[in-house]
Order: sequence, then C-alpha cells, then structure tokens
Amino acid sequence: MNFDDYRGVWVFLEVKDGGIAAVSLELLGAARQLADKRASEVSGVLIGEGVTPLAQMAIECGADRVFVYDAAIYRDYRTEAYMRAVLACVEKHKPEILLYGATSTGKDLASAVATDLPTGLTADSTQLDVEADTGLLLASRPAFGGNIMATILCKKYRPQMATVRPKVMKALPRDPGRTGEIVAESIPLQEEDIRTKVLEIVRATVRRVRIDEADIVVSGGKGMGGPAGFELIHRLAGTLGAAVGASRDVVEAGWIGHDHQVGQTGVTVTPKIYFAIGISGAIQHLVGMHNSGLIIAINNDPAAPIFQSCHYGIVGDALEIVPMLIEAFGRALEAERVCSANSLLEEEAHAGEI
Amino acid sequence: MLHIVACIKQVPDTKIAKINPKTNTIDRSSAPAILNPYDTHAVEEAVRLRARYGGVVSVLTMGPPPAVKAIRKCIEIGADEGYMITDRAFAGADTLATSYALTKALEKIALERPIDLIVCGKMTIDGDTGQVGPGIARRLDIPPLTGVCKVAEINRELGYAIVHRKLEDGYEVVRSTLPCLLSVEKDINEVPYASMPNVLRAARYEPHIWAVADLADIDRTQLGLKGSPTIVSSVWAPEKPKGGTMLEGSPQEQAEQLLQIVLERRELLDTEVTTA
Repeated sequence: MNFDDYRGVWVFLEVKDGGIAAVSLELLGAARQLADKRASEVSGVLIGEGVTPLAQMAIECGADRVFVYDAAIYRDYRTEAYMRAVLACVEKHKPEILLYGATSTGKDLASAVATDLPTGLTADSTQLDVEADTGLLLASRPAFGGNIMATILCKKYRPQMATVRPKVMKALPRDPGRTGEIVAESIPLQEEDIRTKVLEIVRATVRRVRIDEADIVVSGGKGMGGPAGFELIHRLAGTLGAAVGASRDVVEAGWIGHDHQVGQTGVTVTPKIYFAIGISGAIQHLVGMHNSGLIIAINNDPAAPIFQSCHYGIVGDALEIVPMLIEAFGRALEAERVCSANSLLEEEAHAGEI
Repeated sequence: MLHIVACIKQVPDTKIAKINPKTNTIDRSSAPAILNPYDTHAVEEAVRLRARYGGVVSVLTMGPPPAVKAIRKCIEIGADEGYMITDRAFAGADTLATSYALTKALEKIALERPIDLIVCGKMTIDGDTGQVGPGIARRLDIPPLTGVCKVAEINRELGYAIVHRKLEDGYEVVRSTLPCLLSVEKDINEVPYASMPNVLRAARYEPHIWAVADLADIDRTQLGLKGSPTIVSSVWAPEKPKGGTMLEGSPQEQAEQLLQIVLERRELLDTEVTTA
C-alpha cells in the first residue's frame, strides 16, 4: 500500500429529512481544518435517490468536491448498497481520511466498510487532529467507560476512518459564493444484489420532544435515590417545559429509557439550560452536555467532578432542593402568566376606551 | 430447527472500575468481570426465538480463561451450548481482529451445526464501539442488521427474517435473507431472573474451548495486537475545567438565588416546544 496515493479528507454525507444531516455539515467543518493542515482537499460522498441537488449545500459548507451516487437503489439506507458505493469510491479516488457521523447509519456503514477494505476505524471520536507531515489522523475519544481520553491511530492502512459524535465539531457558516466540483458516480448494482429490503418506515405518531432538540434539559442521576426520587426530575422538567435526561447509571438501572441517556453512549445535547441533578459528572456524561448554554449542577458531594464543569453549583440534597426549585420556578412562571394576562386585559380595556 | 449463535463478551464493570492515575489504564483488580450487559439482551432474544420456533442457542466468546464465567451466565439465561476461543495470540485485538477471530470460530461451529442467525448486543461497555457485529457479518458475507428493536418473524423454510430497526424518530421494518446478523437494542426485551434448573446447569457447565491451533485456515497475522490496524497511542486525563460558581446559604436561599440567576437571563426560559 503506497500511502502517497491516498490524498484528501472525505466526509460521508448522510441524508436526513430531505437534507444533509447536521452532523455531516459539522464534519465538513472539521475536515476543512484537517485538509488545510495537510494542504489537501475536502470531498463529500453523497448517496441516495434524487440527492444530487444537495451537493451544492455541501460545497457551500466546505467541500471542494462531492461524489454523488444518485439512483433508485439507494432510496432507503441499506448497509450492502451504501457500502458498495463507498467501497467503489474509496478504491477509485483513494482518500487519506474518511469521516462519518456517529449516528446509527454512520456507524453501521463505517463498520461494514472498514471490514471490507480493510482498515482501522475509531468509534465515537470527540476530537480530531492530523500530523501535518505524515497525515496520521489522531482520533480521540473517551475510553474505559468514559473516565479518561484515548488517542487512537491507524498507522498501517489507508484510508484512516473514524465516526465522530454529533454536535462536537463546528460547521462552517454557509458561503453561497463557494464553488466546487460535483462528480456523478455510479456502480453496476442491481436490486437482486441486495439481500435486505425496507418494507415500511414507521414514524413515531406521538411526537415526543427529543432531548437533543429541547431548549431546556433536566437530567437526573443516581443521586435521586430511586425511581420515586427521579419523579422529581420529571416534575421540574414539567414546570420548565423541559425534556428529561438521565445519566448512564439510572438508564441501566431501568429508571428511564435509553432514549433519555445523555453522554458518550447516549445523546449529545446542547440546550440553553442544562440541569445535572444527582449526577457526579463522569467524562462519559460530560461529553454529552458540556456545550450547553447554562449548566446548573446539584449534588450532595462537594468533590463531584460535575462542579468543575458547571456554571453554577449547589451542594446539597437534591431531594430537598428540587422541590424548592419546582416551587420557585413554578411561582415565577405563573406570575409572568398572570402578568401577561393582566396586560392583555389592560390592552383590551384601553381598546374599550378608544 | 433454528441454530442461533449469540456472540458475547466478558467485560470489566466500567461503572465501578477505577483508573490508575499514573498509567491512565483501567485497574482491573478494582472492577468485577461481568457479562457485557448489552449481551444479556442478545442471549435472551435468542432464547425467546428458540421458544417461538424451536432450535438450539449457542453462545460464543473470545477471552481469557476466566471468561468461562460469562458463558455460564448465558447458560443461566437459557443458552444450550457455549464456545470459547482463548489463546495468547488473540490478546490485544481491536474490532477488526476480533471480528476475524470470532468469524473463524463461527465457521467451525457451523461445520458442526449450520447457523441460521447470529445475534450480538448493541456494543460492549468497555470498548463502546458496536463495530464487531457488522464486522462479523461482512466477513461471513451475510447481511448485518443493526439497531434491531424487535424480531417480527423468522422463517427458516423460506429463508428470511423480518425485523424492526430503530430509527431516531420511529422504526423501519426490514426483510433480510437468512442467515443474517442482528445487533439488538437493549430495549428489545427484559431479561428475567434465571430459572433454578438453568442456574444448576450453568454451575456445572463446561464450554467447548478452542485455541488458535483448533481453528482451520487461520491467518495468524490477522489476530490480536498484530492484526489490529488501530492502536491506542496515548491515554490521558482531559484538562480539568475551571469550575463553576458555587451558591451558598440555606437550601431555600440557594433555590431563590438560582431562580434570580436564571431570571436575569429570562430568554433562556423560553422554550419552543413543551414536553409531554
């Protein structure tokens, strides 16, 4: 394997809800930095049905080139079909680095591609860097359950691959004047070659607020004592119109479903306010919430690491303090509602005078 | 008669494990070795499918000799047979080398009894990658199905499986040919307490144990540390953030202070969406 043949930083462009997934745009930003350090180019790989118009968006967000596999066979994500396209593209154009969002699709695809190439794959990276002279990718991630960081290298193979956590890298501001190359690619692939078929896609009918989209997240940990104590987290969230998050421990203890887990192996959140209540603050949790706007921590252990990573901390018994917060915030928000109702009445009264 | 193989791993309980601050490696003496929690659901699903369709449930692990305990745990859940590959040559394997070794063992198991379905947990709690399952599927050239939250149907006669794969906002129903590999979500089932007969059987159970020499057509350069393209170059404790402002006073006073702090930035409390 001649490493000099492998040039450029690539991003797998995941298609989501008819657009390019946010994580892929974030990765274009990260790829731009890596490529600039190597004086090389950024390319995207875009796969789907009717996706060609999305390529321009990738260029405006940092790509120099987008390889597009646009065909009916790619309508639904299927490992075998997408993998064949990526493998063909890698063999043809030989990237030095290939990044995927650490989403269910990105991880599924990257695992398959890595095995077939073969090459090394670092999962759930949270930091990326490259050695300017050698092109060696330094992919770092929390390790051993998330209390320390490990930097992982792939010295023997190219391309070097990593999946990267959503909401960790920064997308570039979209530049509508930016130009690049859109390359239509195709491989001979028949429906009979693919052994899986998506029969139906069922969207959740009741739209729950996803915690990665919520403006306020109230998260609880083991410090809530048990499912009954955890109920206070739901009540404070209800008062604030917030989503409920949780630490890994309480999800594993079954107090709440995995969808609510914040952290390395759960969801990454960036709300305006993040409450970490009864959560000690293992790195694996911190990587999932540290970009939140205002972080408030409540814990009975003054030495808990969460206090190093919050904006405001309260040392005390969560079971005592949370009810006080529910009361205080409930009162303040209720007062505002009364106020605005009164001002509406006043406006109506004024209208009456006129 | 279905033959289902669950691939499992014994892991240090990372919730309890301490990190040696000098070497930044996991202090294994501080952590009990357990069956990877995600794998309990893989084994349980295999056992449930056996109850629905009949057949045999085998489990396979790669690990040091004490990993026999993890196999016994699977027997408690209800597995019929346990296979373990153990050899110094396997040590230090990353996900690529792990999937290679497990594939070689699966090929040997399949010679004894053809395999219809392979089930893996979503990921391990020590490696946290979820890459080994799809890796095995690619090496065996069978379809990998990750994120499986329900097995709707297995039809061995017609050679297909229908499963639900979890999506961010729902699920998709996928049909695959058999054999295939499923990586299952934690919420696919609940693992009940083991039955007494299973506990008794597990206590006495001795798995089939193979070393590298017992596996056919094996390329030793693809095993262990040598066969691993990824290496951990450094392990480090992240920089400590500088810490936040600690509130003081009685609990009631602190609650009021916090309210004032948030109200000073009132816009933070505006939520676009309200939760159910």
